Amino acid sequence: MARILLFIALAAVVFVALPFVVPSYYVGLTTKILIFALFAMSLDLLIGYTGLASLGHAAFFGISAYTIAVLSVKLRMSEWIAFPAGLTMAIALGAVFALLALRARGSYLLMITLALAQVVWGIAFGWRTMTGGDDGLPGLRRPAFVSDETSFYFLVLGLVAASTVVLVALIRSPFGLALQGIRESESRMQALGFNVWRHQFVAFVIAAAFAGLAGALYVYYNRFVSPDFLHVVRSAEVLIMVIIGGVGTLLGPAIGAAAIILLEDIISSQTQHWLLALGIIYVATTLFAPRGLIGLYRERFMARRKP
Amino acid sequence: MIWVIHTLNGISFGMLLFLLAAGLSLIYGLMKILNLTHGSYYLIGAYVGSTIIAKTGSFALALIVAPLVVALLGAVMERYFLRRFHLQELPQTLLTFGFLFIFADLMLWIWGGDPIVLPKPAAFSGSISIGDARYPTYRLALIAVGLIVALILWWFQERTRLGAMLRAGVDDAEIAGALGIDVSLLFTLVFAVGALLAALGGVLGGPIIGAQPGADFEVMLLAFVVVIVGGLGSLRGALIGGLLVGLLDNFGKIFFPELALFTIFVPMAIILSFRPTGLFGRL
Repeated sequence: MARILLFIALAAVVFVALPFVVPSYYVGLTTKILIFALFAMSLDLLIGYTGLASLGHAAFFGISAYTIAVLSVKLRMSEWIAFPAGLTMAIALGAVFALLALRARGSYLLMITLALAQVVWGIAFGWRTMTGGDDGLPGLRRPAFVSDETSFYFLVLGLVAASTVVLVALIRSPFGLALQGIRESESRMQALGFNVWRHQFVAFVIAAAFAGLAGALYVYYNRFVSPDFLHVVRSAEVLIMVIIGGVGTLLGPAIGAAAIILLEDIISSQTQHWLLALGIIYVATTLFAPRGLIGLYRERFMARRKP
Repeated sequence: MIWVIHTLNGISFGMLLFLLAAGLSLIYGLMKILNLTHGSYYLIGAYVGSTIIAKTGSFALALIVAPLVVALLGAVMERYFLRRFHLQELPQTLLTFGFLFIFADLMLWIWGGDPIVLPKPAAFSGSISIGDARYPTYRLALIAVGLIVALILWWFQERTRLGAMLRAGVDDAEIAGALGIDVSLLFTLVFAVGALLAALGGVLGGPIIGAQPGADFEVMLLAFVVVIVGGLGSLRGALIGGLLVGLLDNFGKIFFPELALFTIFVPMAIILSFRPTGLFGRL
């Protein structure tokens, strides 16, 4: 316990001190990492803690981003309306997805979530008058009180930290424990009198809400939204963040997000072939680190402690 | 008359989707693998076919060689990568996604980013009159080829020993293995045949939809919808689903050009909510 507190304190000091130490480019990069860490953690609530695989998680991220961009840029509404509206749309979409997809399991569920998410992508891509189609919607301004890089960083840091606390509390609550029970065995939880479907539904909606929050932060970070926000590549990217870090932990996906974004930053500055590199990372991770970086660390750590 | 033409367009596109969905559906039915590389097989088939036609001028040669190349690729993927993660859907999905990216980037590298349209074979480059309109014979030939492939697959599955093994494997791979069926060989074979069919679709579709970056995602998605609508593991489902999605896609693009994908996905969502296993699914 003391070690965990020490770790948290250390992390807090590092993250608060960061913008005063490193150049602003890296403050921006860290902001992006924090946003995607939240996105990846929200997906892990589904995959790691509820046992529901999803390949459509970008839909919640993207719909919230699009809602904010359309309301702010096209309809000139204030961020106090746009931001909550984005989250609401993500939650509503999460409910719709859950209603349609939750009868399926395993790879069938992956396929259905992928197809549903692609519907949302199709709307963003096709409805040019509202969304700008392929060109996206530029011209979003950050709210006045976080217009510079450092204050926006602290807003993101605060919201991501608060979300992490909520997620940890959720996972440790009776509800969270029930979710993990469902992950291990649906039929046993059913037999114990738990309403499995309702638990999964709520988990899906909560995961969508946090993905929506990540999308909302990212659209303000980017000041631009395009169909890429919703694309299946983004869903797959967040899935690999979860897996490269370690499924079924919250720290793992955050580390995975950092790893992927740093790699992307390094590789795409060197070569055009980011997609090829990403593909190789996917294959290599699956083959050599199926339990993720956290898993690798644990295996090493446990191996050393054995007599 | 225009409706006849739109309907024929929809049916011929539906036949292409059937070629894709048949393999996807068989692979899922037997191995429970969600193969995201399936759209890449289609595109690789189209690109390799275009190169063969450019070098030799023979469409027939492209139609034979390109699918075989892709079948080999599929067999290698199954045997050396996917097999290690039998029945673990998350690693398998990620592997196929990784290959999707790798193939996409390599294809961009080799064939560039400009759309390539394959030339039609000489015998089917003309058109016939339907009423007062002209209709390309190539699309009619495509419908015929689709029906022939469907017939062959049906005969193979229902009337041959290997087909019986396949059906046994789809029902219960473990028991089939215990009965002495070489399930391991069956897995590789079905994966290769699935890849072959997708590549065949790529070469056949080359003259009408062409090959370009991103087509791998598009056709993969449509094939998924076909399989979701038709039901996984069912050839009949792949055929009916393919025709349905082909027609919906075609008429959707005419009536609601801004929301084209909607006309496919709304019916999909409706079918999902009433028949979660698809029209002919047995799962």
